Amino acid sequence: MIWNKTAECMTDKKRQELQLNRLRDIVKSAYENTPYYKKRNSKQKIRYSDIKKLSDITRLPFTSKADLRDGYPFNMFAVPMNEIVEVHTSSGTTGTPVVAGYTRKDIDTWSEVMARALTMAGATSEDIIQNCYGYGLFTGGLGIHYGVHKIGATVVPISAGQTKRQLQIIQDFGTTIITCTPSYALYLAEAAYEAGINMRKIKLKSGCFGAEMWTESIRNEIEKRLNLTALNIYGLTEIIGPGVAHECEAKNGLHISEDHFYPEIISPDTLEPLPDGEKGELVLTTLTREGMPMIRFRTKDITALHKGKCTCGRTTVRMERITGRSDDMLKIRGVIVFPSQIEKALLEMKGIEPHYQIIVTRPHHLDEIEVRVEATKEIFSDEIRHLEAVRDRIENHIEKAIGLRVKVTLVEPKSLPRSEGKAVRVIDKRAI
Amino acid sequence: MKVKQISVFLENRKGRLQEALETLAAAKLNIRALSIADTADFGILRLILPDPDKAKKVLKKNNFTVSENDVIVVEVPDNPGGLAGVLKVLNEADMNVEYLYAFVEKSGKKALVVLRTEKTIPAAKALKKAGIEVLPSEKVYSL
Repeated sequence: MIWNKTAECMTDKKRQELQLNRLRDIVKSAYENTPYYKKRNSKQKIRYSDIKKLSDITRLPFTSKADLRDGYPFNMFAVPMNEIVEVHTSSGTTGTPVVAGYTRKDIDTWSEVMARALTMAGATSEDIIQNCYGYGLFTGGLGIHYGVHKIGATVVPISAGQTKRQLQIIQDFGTTIITCTPSYALYLAEAAYEAGINMRKIKLKSGCFGAEMWTESIRNEIEKRLNLTALNIYGLTEIIGPGVAHECEAKNGLHISEDHFYPEIISPDTLEPLPDGEKGELVLTTLTREGMPMIRFRTKDITALHKGKCTCGRTTVRMERITGRSDDMLKIRGVIVFPSQIEKALLEMKGIEPHYQIIVTRPHHLDEIEVRVEATKEIFSDEIRHLEAVRDRIENHIEKAIGLRVKVTLVEPKSLPRSEGKAVRVIDKRAI
Repeated sequence: MKVKQISVFLENRKGRLQEALETLAAAKLNIRALSIADTADFGILRLILPDPDKAKKVLKKNNFTVSENDVIVVEVPDNPGGLAGVLKVLNEADMNVEYLYAFVEKSGKKALVVLRTEKTIPAAKALKKAGIEVLPSEKVYSL
């Protein structure tokens, strides 16, 4: 099933024409109406009329997450506030969040691309879709919600957590499609197994899993344990939220809704465009966003693009599953964490050395962070309870800084690797 | 009355205890008494040695985190209820014992116990008053 054949099965020529027209419009809108882009362009004086072919996009400067933070809260918006009907923020827990603004038409676009995504997962108006992504400022919950409405299926807006209740509803309501993070899917599967639920007897047929990195082997596990087809969904707040790209049943990459989002792959080192099929950083330009146009936004996500018609019939470009980041950002249980935040929290405490190590694991399908801290003379006591109190104090302090509980382990002085050039501060042991 | 005890922070890692002990062996320091307190992640090695200052120096030099604490060493009758009698004195004097451990060697017919209390000197005084022998540090170091 294809939700929008006209858009998803367009010929290359037609799509490129459409993209060029839309690119010129969005550059005009951004550079004439967005306070941030207007200010930045006051020196460069790039005009939309300079865009004569699609490849001219490379003449435009990139937009970074830091730019969006500078524009906080509303300086990235291209329309007056009375036209903004909804705002969301990124899942980052500290510092200045990234704010995304949507006009009524943007919400329609979001619903449309999400409808395409859910249709790839086999959704029709007959389906009952249990949405376990968090509702609220996070785009995950509402993005999926709008897509389900667009299709006319039934949405169960249960949001994240409450595993027992999730399982009860899957059984009682006869849920056919589930949407959550892949790690939560595994967690659900484990809980279902422990509760003695026979997965052959429930009606789940597919799931849209995303918001964190995962692998083919995790897909196999989820499919086996939950007895469904597991598909990859991709999106980001800065661009629109979930629905930027989604996998079809061919499981051969995620189709990007190219009539709304223009993708490029660049080398994170040289920032030069890379040819199709080569791995690099994904850069996205919103072609139709009214509320907040994004010109060449650097996602920091590492992937490759593949052109050509897919066996499903769609002609939209496919991106590979995300295999890494071009910065040191960590996603822990869906929350963005930078090692620098942990470092800052540690150094605010007395007697802590600036040597630490962050170890990320996924022992029971949920991410856990261990922070190794050297026990210096200043924090060492010959009594266990004092040392445990020190450890608890560090744990509480880090939790306040990043919004996540971590496990602190005290290790011996000088036992952590010292930097010789770039220190290995983060060891990610999750199988990603 | 006060005896210096050396405490060493040990990570729960294979061979770490041995490394600490080898450091002391290389400095020709013979351990008189020791105890290990441990949690899932780390442990604390507590030591009584003939030359605590030297022990501290060599351990530090080998990157161990070391601290020095005052403890008292008392003679305890080596028969049932011997230690209980000592603790009763401290309990009646309202002194809390943080931890204790025993020497391998005896002092004559009596057993030797290392005590760490909230207040070292008052605890030692209370014990002495009750007729319990508290060993002077010189005697402990030369055991």
